[in-house]
Amino acid sequence: MYLAVKGGEAAIAATHQLLAETRRGDLTVPEVTVAQIKEQMALLVARVMNEGALYDEDLAALALKQAQGDVIEAAFLLRAYRTTLPRLGSSEPLDTTVMAIRRRISATFKDLPGGQVLGSTYDYTHRLFDFALTGSDNETEAVAAPEALDDVMPRVLDILGDEGLIEREAPLGRDATPEDITRDATTFPAGRAARLQSLSRGDEGFLLGLAYSVQRGYGHNHPFAGEIRVGEIRVCLTPEELGFDIDIGDITITECQMITQFTGSKEVPPQFTRGYGLVFGHNERKAMSMAVVDRALKGTELGETPTYPAQQQEFVLYHCDNVEAAGFLEHLKLPHYVDFQGELELVRRMRTEQSASTKVETP
Amino acid sequence: MTQPPKHDPDYNYGYLDEATKRMLRRSLLKAIAIPGYQVPFASREMPLARGWGTGGIQITAAIIGPDDTLKAIDQGADDTTNAVSIRRFFARVTGVATTEETTKASLIQTRHRIPEEPLRDGQILVYQVPLPEPLRKLIPSESETRKIHAWAEYGPIYVRLYEDIAQYGEVTSTYSHPILVNDRYIASPTPIPKFDNPKMHMSPALQLFGAGREKRLYAIPPYTKVKSLDFEDYPFTLQRWDEPCALCGSTTSYLDEVIINDANERMFVCSDTHYCETRRGEGHEGPQLTKAQSVHLTGSAP
Repeated sequence: MYLAVKGGEAAIAATHQLLAETRRGDLTVPEVTVAQIKEQMALLVARVMNEGALYDEDLAALALKQAQGDVIEAAFLLRAYRTTLPRLGSSEPLDTTVMAIRRRISATFKDLPGGQVLGSTYDYTHRLFDFALTGSDNETEAVAAPEALDDVMPRVLDILGDEGLIEREAPLGRDATPEDITRDATTFPAGRAARLQSLSRGDEGFLLGLAYSVQRGYGHNHPFAGEIRVGEIRVCLTPEELGFDIDIGDITITECQMITQFTGSKEVPPQFTRGYGLVFGHNERKAMSMAVVDRALKGTELGETPTYPAQQQEFVLYHCDNVEAAGFLEHLKLPHYVDFQGELELVRRMRTEQSASTKVETP
Repeated sequence: MTQPPKHDPDYNYGYLDEATKRMLRRSLLKAIAIPGYQVPFASREMPLARGWGTGGIQITAAIIGPDDTLKAIDQGADDTTNAVSIRRFFARVTGVATTEETTKASLIQTRHRIPEEPLRDGQILVYQVPLPEPLRKLIPSESETRKIHAWAEYGPIYVRLYEDIAQYGEVTSTYSHPILVNDRYIASPTPIPKFDNPKMHMSPALQLFGAGREKRLYAIPPYTKVKSLDFEDYPFTLQRWDEPCALCGSTTSYLDEVIINDANERMFVCSDTHYCETRRGEGHEGPQLTKAQSVHLTGSAP
């Protein structure tokens, strides 16, 4: 009964209890632990960290448990917690050439300095059920490569850059501080830093759809996966009062650089352009989608007219945040009877007036 | 009035950290200085969902203090689940006193209504705003609408009202009817029914508006001119009901329609639950009060 919406305090308390019971499920089945989620659902944990905009595997795993595996709900828990954290400073820029590589591939060169490193991937698996996984004794030891990887792996796009074949990344001035979408409301046109930040925390499914639309023709841009690399990288912070950097820990990241052709203009000879993707954890699909959309959003700066959704900053950046989108969509569940009453009164009155004036039979 | 224990020590007072509260207060000062102008601010994620009042919650969190008494309403009612949830949130993170009495509250956070009881000097009404941009339905681009406000080129919105009249013989907005604040900025009154628009004009209370998802704040300082957009020959009009509140008999309050049984029988009751209860307490009786008691419509919140 609709009146139940006016349940108040008691109803809320009762529903929280019911939620806790539902979350636990069948008591004869052992409770899943946060450590199990963190270790065995690592790709899911990575997605929650990205969309939750906070690198913390333990909390992301806890969020997933608390949210019964609902990714957006889990990301929301991280975001709400993130708000309460003080900002200590900004890290030094990450140099991904020196990251500890787990996987590194290029679709544009057959071989390259540092080599192709296949790493762990589902790419060449057959999607057939492995029923052995229904059991619990799944222990496999991977084979180690005969020799260690190079310490430094140059980025493919830097190799092209040396030849002048690809656009230079516009460097920020020495004193220029990048925008920070968590400290200022995004204004339009948004700078590249703000765009990349929004995309990095944006919804994977939304970005995938946008990137796909670009590929299919809603954006005229055929990308090449110049390079995708996954691995661990050290994050350093230089406190102002110390003047030297401190290693604050390692994070796992996925970086993707897309290459897109650009025909040039009167002033600029033809060259390739870049799209950049960087996300927490191992998440190639998200990094690739981000890179394609990043390139699409650069259109205006390259003299292209934004025609399609993926090229329109306001469309992409306002709508890619799933925590915001989900909240606003789901607020439709809140009572709207005051507004609806206004509409009811209007429609009834207009119908009465119309039937009085035209005598038309209403269905 | 209830007096909950002090605030939860696991969180900073008001949930937000002090630097964030300072940022919010600065943005609010700017908003008050330029009535009706939408100030962009670095909206934070809150533990309640976007669209569920995070803009209003951030404002309240930034200005609430130990001496405040908070009232939270949703659709005019104190006992709807979201109002309860917000009131409990602040009781937990600030420990302030909460009330359902409009006159006793120093701070009222609201969604979609202005209380029937006239507000007074010193009170602050905080609105939760879903879409702060009154022109958004006409012009989807934020870059464009900001320019329109800067130039006060408000032609398109008047054209929209005119088109309504041309097509339907009247302006068909029933809520979120745009307002002109202090003769300068057109603003969204949030989806309050247009019935409430006149209460904004020259209100003794400070009115603050927070749109969390859209990252905008705006304000109407006390005693500011607020005009609902209209034309000389088609003046702004209010909704009316043919019958009084079924519970308290009020003929001047905003009424919600409630379907009371499967036979499609319905009654109209005050949307402002506290106002309605107060009137009943004073001995006012609506035509269907007895019947309403039988369908649990008059049960007040604990």
